Amino acid sequence: MPRNRTVGGWSARLVLWAPYLWLLLFFFVPFLIVLKISLSQTAIALPPYLPTLDLAAGWNGIRSFVGGLGLDSYRTLLSDDIYALSYLKSLEVAFVSTAILLLIGYPIAYGMARAPGRLQNVLVMLIILPFWTSFLIRVYAWINILQADGLLNRVLLAVGLIHAPVAWLASDTAIYIGVVYSYLPFMVLPLYATLEKMDDTLLEAAADLGAPRWKAFWQITVPLSLPGIGAGALLCFIPITGEFVIPDLLGGSDTLMIGQTLWTEFFSNKDWPVASAIAVVLLLLLVAPIAIYQNLQMKNVER
Amino acid sequence: MRRGFAPWTDPAARPLVRFEAVTKRFGGALAVDALDLAIFEGEFFALLGPSGCGKTTLLRMLAGFETPDEGAVRLGADDIARVPPYRRPVNMMFQSYALFPHLTVAGNVAFGLKQDGLPSAKIAARVAEMLALVRLEGMEGRKPHQLSGGQRQRVALARSLAKRPRVLLLDEPLAALDKKLREETQFELMDLQKRLGTTFVIVTHDQEEAMTVAHRIGVMDRGRLVQVATPQQLYEEPASRWVAGFIGDVNLIDGTVIAIDAGGIAIEGTGGRRFRVAAAGPAVTSGQRVAVALRPEKLRIAAEKPQGVGDNCVAGRVGDIAYLGDISLYKIRLDDGAVITASRANASRSIDRAIGWDDEVWLTWTADAGVLLTS
Repeated sequence: MPRNRTVGGWSARLVLWAPYLWLLLFFFVPFLIVLKISLSQTAIALPPYLPTLDLAAGWNGIRSFVGGLGLDSYRTLLSDDIYALSYLKSLEVAFVSTAILLLIGYPIAYGMARAPGRLQNVLVMLIILPFWTSFLIRVYAWINILQADGLLNRVLLAVGLIHAPVAWLASDTAIYIGVVYSYLPFMVLPLYATLEKMDDTLLEAAADLGAPRWKAFWQITVPLSLPGIGAGALLCFIPITGEFVIPDLLGGSDTLMIGQTLWTEFFSNKDWPVASAIAVVLLLLLVAPIAIYQNLQMKNVER
Repeated sequence: MRRGFAPWTDPAARPLVRFEAVTKRFGGALAVDALDLAIFEGEFFALLGPSGCGKTTLLRMLAGFETPDEGAVRLGADDIARVPPYRRPVNMMFQSYALFPHLTVAGNVAFGLKQDGLPSAKIAARVAEMLALVRLEGMEGRKPHQLSGGQRQRVALARSLAKRPRVLLLDEPLAALDKKLREETQFELMDLQKRLGTTFVIVTHDQEEAMTVAHRIGVMDRGRLVQVATPQQLYEEPASRWVAGFIGDVNLIDGTVIAIDAGGIAIEGTGGRRFRVAAAGPAVTSGQRVAVALRPEKLRIAAEKPQGVGDNCVAGRVGDIAYLGDISLYKIRLDDGAVITASRANASRSIDRAIGWDDEVWLTWTADAGVLLTS
């Protein structure tokens, strides 16, 4: 029996450590590499930065490597407003989109959770269905819909709501349309998961105690769906902040989100250290909402 | 139970709750079938029946969660059949308790009071009063998941009483508790009802629970009330074979009325056996097919043939004995194969060896022990 327990302990420990191992290999190590590059200098070389670690040179190699690291890239980030403006624009787009997603996603998820059982499965399928088509194709389709002689303008002209084509493309509106469209499932699904679990008797109890439906919604349904709201908001907010494809394809040249700035530094300017510094700062910006969410989750566990 | 409290016997008394020819269908199925019922102010009324008999639907129509297809539900003089639940002066304690998991004990009890927009000082005072009533002082700040089943049950009770409802509805309120706690809580409920004087309507499938707590019991079967009576009437004077069989153990003996005279009603059963029943029951005519209901504890078992007992005496053999502690049950097989159950209180601690397996015994009973049933 003790032998068995040891085996059980081993496998249990392995299961326990598996996620940490995963994070170490695929998050922490790559992050350290990016961090290291962000502390390097650009160079016309391969790879295009200095210093590189030369372990063959022994102790001197390590010393010259560490001596070559510096905060120059981060100084660059502070020297030009373009970086700060890109970060702010990204956060703004992410914040506004998440708010819109919540406003659209909550009623959808609520309706799904209240639908009869068999219909619910169909509705969940419909929410997931767009994933069967490539994300890129769907964004390109929006170009087609939003362009000057696109579907949207033609419909609006035909109905008589507008008298001249509207320039939808290359605007913030187009970014919001693309982002909200693309991220809606990530908002709806976690919301649906929490709303679907909710006990209808609680709403009956609220009604019995004198709360009309809208009051019961605010006092019972919304507080009980907070974990879903948190999960959906994070699942949308974080990737939208770093979004590159949608603003690049649908946005105008005056809108610069941080993903595009990073892309420019990396591919156009071949400045890997600054690009890495942008990524590191972005990560730090996004850790804050995760920490807040974790804190909320802990409170949920407590109750 | 309050002595002398019997407004249902007073023709001048006006009921607080009245169902008038109420019918409710779900899809094609008839859940409640043209049902009439009157419940009086201050009464503890139980709706009893097997699952699916419509008792919960009846309660939910009173709470406002279901709307009757036909008929009226009156509270006092008003027809409340179409009044939404949040505007009814009626509160319900749910079988699952339905406590709000994100609110504290105090928050749960205060919920209904807050909906009425009461000032917070008044709410706090009322919450403290309710928690004292159910003996949960000091638990104000706990969340429902931090409470035991019994404590949760008491929070649910306090919450449903906080608004001083005119009628408190209890949907299987004790079903989730273990037997011992359930029995204790039954007495607490009775006590509470007596102190508050609020009209309680309880739905239960547990006949012992209904008989313990209620002034009157409405027995339901397939959407209809088959009998509304006090627990004692229900047990001693069941209205039909179904009620007699549903409430407690009973022996049913089929027969035909052969004579009605000053000594009661004479009945001939299968095999030519004759019985006599006191003429207190329903009016019968000679030749009518009837049944006699005999409760096991009303039968006397004798090892020797008793002398001078008249008609109500049958012989048989002991087929089985079940020792239950307080009583023992004897299954007596008659010579025609019928089995009659008789019970005996185990008044002495030594096991009575006077009657054992396969012994020949005689069962006797008095004329007023049997109940004549025509349906």
